[in-house]
Amino acid sequence: MSEMLIVGGHLVDPVSGVDALRDVLVRDGRVAAMELPGGFAGVQVKSVIDAVGCVVTPGLIDIHVHLREPGQTHKETIATGTAAAAAGGFTTVVAMPNTTPVIDSVAELEWMLSRERNPVVKLLAMPAATFGSMGGEITDFHELVRAGAVGFTDDGKPVLEDEVMRAALAAAAGLGVPISQHAEDTRMTGGCSMNAGRVAFRLGLRGMPVEAESRIVERDIRLLREIERADRVRPHLHVQHVSTAKALRAIREAKADGLHVTCEAAPHHFTLTDEAVGDYDTNAKMNPPLREEADRRAVVEGLLDGTVDCIATDHAPHASHEKEVEFERAPNGITGLETALGLALRVLHREHGMALSRVIELMSARPAEVIGLKERGTLRVGSYADVVVFDAGMEWNFAAKASRSKSKNTPFDGAAMVGRVRATICEGRVVYRDDFLNGGNSANKSF
Amino acid sequence: MTLGAAIDASPYASGSLLTVEHLSVADVAEILAMTARLERMDAGERAKLLARRTIALLFYESSTRTRTSFELAAKSLGATTTLVSDKSSSIEKGESLKDTGLTLRALGAECIVLRHAASGAPFLLARATGLPVLNAGDGMHQHPSQALLDLRTMLARLGLDAAGDVHAKTLGGVTVVITGDILHSRVARSNAMLLPRLGARVVLCGPAELLPEDALGLGAGIEIERDFDAALRRADVAMMLRIQKERLVGALDLGEYVARYQLSEARLAACAPKALVMHPGPMIRGLEIAGEVADGPQSAIEEQVRHGLAVRAALLVRALGVTA
Repeated sequence: MSEMLIVGGHLVDPVSGVDALRDVLVRDGRVAAMELPGGFAGVQVKSVIDAVGCVVTPGLIDIHVHLREPGQTHKETIATGTAAAAAGGFTTVVAMPNTTPVIDSVAELEWMLSRERNPVVKLLAMPAATFGSMGGEITDFHELVRAGAVGFTDDGKPVLEDEVMRAALAAAAGLGVPISQHAEDTRMTGGCSMNAGRVAFRLGLRGMPVEAESRIVERDIRLLREIERADRVRPHLHVQHVSTAKALRAIREAKADGLHVTCEAAPHHFTLTDEAVGDYDTNAKMNPPLREEADRRAVVEGLLDGTVDCIATDHAPHASHEKEVEFERAPNGITGLETALGLALRVLHREHGMALSRVIELMSARPAEVIGLKERGTLRVGSYADVVVFDAGMEWNFAAKASRSKSKNTPFDGAAMVGRVRATICEGRVVYRDDFLNGGNSANKSF
Repeated sequence: MTLGAAIDASPYASGSLLTVEHLSVADVAEILAMTARLERMDAGERAKLLARRTIALLFYESSTRTRTSFELAAKSLGATTTLVSDKSSSIEKGESLKDTGLTLRALGAECIVLRHAASGAPFLLARATGLPVLNAGDGMHQHPSQALLDLRTMLARLGLDAAGDVHAKTLGGVTVVITGDILHSRVARSNAMLLPRLGARVVLCGPAELLPEDALGLGAGIEIERDFDAALRRADVAMMLRIQKERLVGALDLGEYVARYQLSEARLAACAPKALVMHPGPMIRGLEIAGEVADGPQSAIEEQVRHGLAVRAALLVRALGVTA
């Protein structure tokens, strides 16, 4: 008997090009078949998901999250972070390695990816590019990829030295995984706590110039060219959380030149500007910082024209006592898993006219492609049954206190969202269900 | 850019003064009128105004003028004051600003006067405690009581009405030149944001490293003039700011700075023989200002300090919601 039938929904799968009413049959954790509405009448299933009036798409994929485990479990655990992911419609997340200790060995990677951590959705990881993320010696890429690494990063910090970055890009190229770079020239950002500009000047805060991001992106692109020429390999640079028009320009040109460069953008960077810092709101403090309106528009533009490959949240939970301090002393980062879809649909789809299927592509198929993930990010028959069912038109307001995350550090408390997740299904299991969705299909309520 | 979380009411207790941006022109007029009333009041009467009221002075940075004037002002109003500094308190043991504020509130403080090296710290303290907080200087951000005392000094010396009734054109036709390290100066920000709202023209002057173009974003009525002589020729008021030698790194050497930006006797005589000379202190004689100028007839530097005492008394009375 099959596990599940998702009926009555409007299926949007950018990879297969389906954008129509379809019922989906799930068996053994995979998409078993797809039919026009009513096509599975009489088929025996354990549970039925009523998706009438909803959109049914591939589960969302976030290639940039901080789950804080091991070592910082007062902020988040893998269990709570992935529960927040499920509530936001995500079925796969990629954990960053800046935990305590830093994930830079096979033993630590295996510990993190173990089932004992109780991840609610598919958990993947990018271990550190250098030991301890100290920017010195690169880690054992070969063994780490065998243990499941989908890329390497020193996120939170850049790989600053040319020679180290060159070695990392070249080594990763041989293994077919990206180096995911936190592009910040930290020599230009010491003591800075927000974007450089008029708002920072008015608030009396030292600002990070946009060049701190663009210079590292330009340097990395130069290294790609040199490696391609000298080593005859094709390294993959992935630029994390791009936030400036200048960096986007460099990425656009590199892509036009045929280099393998991808990049991600975070919802807060296409939604807010540095004005959101307001009266020193530490929930508007992250790195890279919120930029000026021209940069925000450039990020939107990059998403619309394809320069930006995917949306990633940079979900970065912090405990309230850590954020309730002087602005300059507060840690960087905000939560983002439960607000990403609602903001993407509001800002990109509704305000900027991006097709719904394109929004979904930027949050599923494209991030899967960036990390070379197969059989996810699509609902083609045979793929994993990673599915999100959401009411695409529903307007609601996010409430931080209702968050599944252990931390509530978000500038979007009370913010308007468009599109509400009704159910999230990971490998055929319901991992999240909105209280709103009930009625006759409650067989699977006790997930 | 509308966030759904609408703020129905200000999260800050009335009577707080965190930034001059929160002051309407009417608020400024009211504070100046209160200052004048307090100054005229018999000392015995004045000492009853805040009798049995408790004010905490929380100082995370060293200060002579501001701390002493707030303390003397509070005492002249009959208030009980307590001084907590980061050097001799549990702050040294790692107690947070929030917990320090909550402790002071639990001990009976009804108002906290805060000096802090971090920009924005008074906002945090005011949100955490719900008490009226007076910003006595926060990082590079604001020093609102300084701007108010500077305003009162100008009004008095320029023969404009200092007793109150200031309005949007009170300083019409008055040009105030603020010169020096604008980037790091909370005094410059507070003055540049307050004075134009009373009709003044503010001209900021200094090298690009100490005066970025972003300063124009402080508001309307502000311009930048790099040539000190040219700026001075237009000045009705020349306000000089302290220069910290280490901050000149990458800008100018000290000799060059003195040559281009020091307010010397010769320069004052040549360019602004009638201008009022002001300095918020502490000043470095021989660096940004010549000793002869600081002590000269055009100088209002000591008057600024005296006005500070009076204005801060008015701010304390306002903070505690007392009518006088």
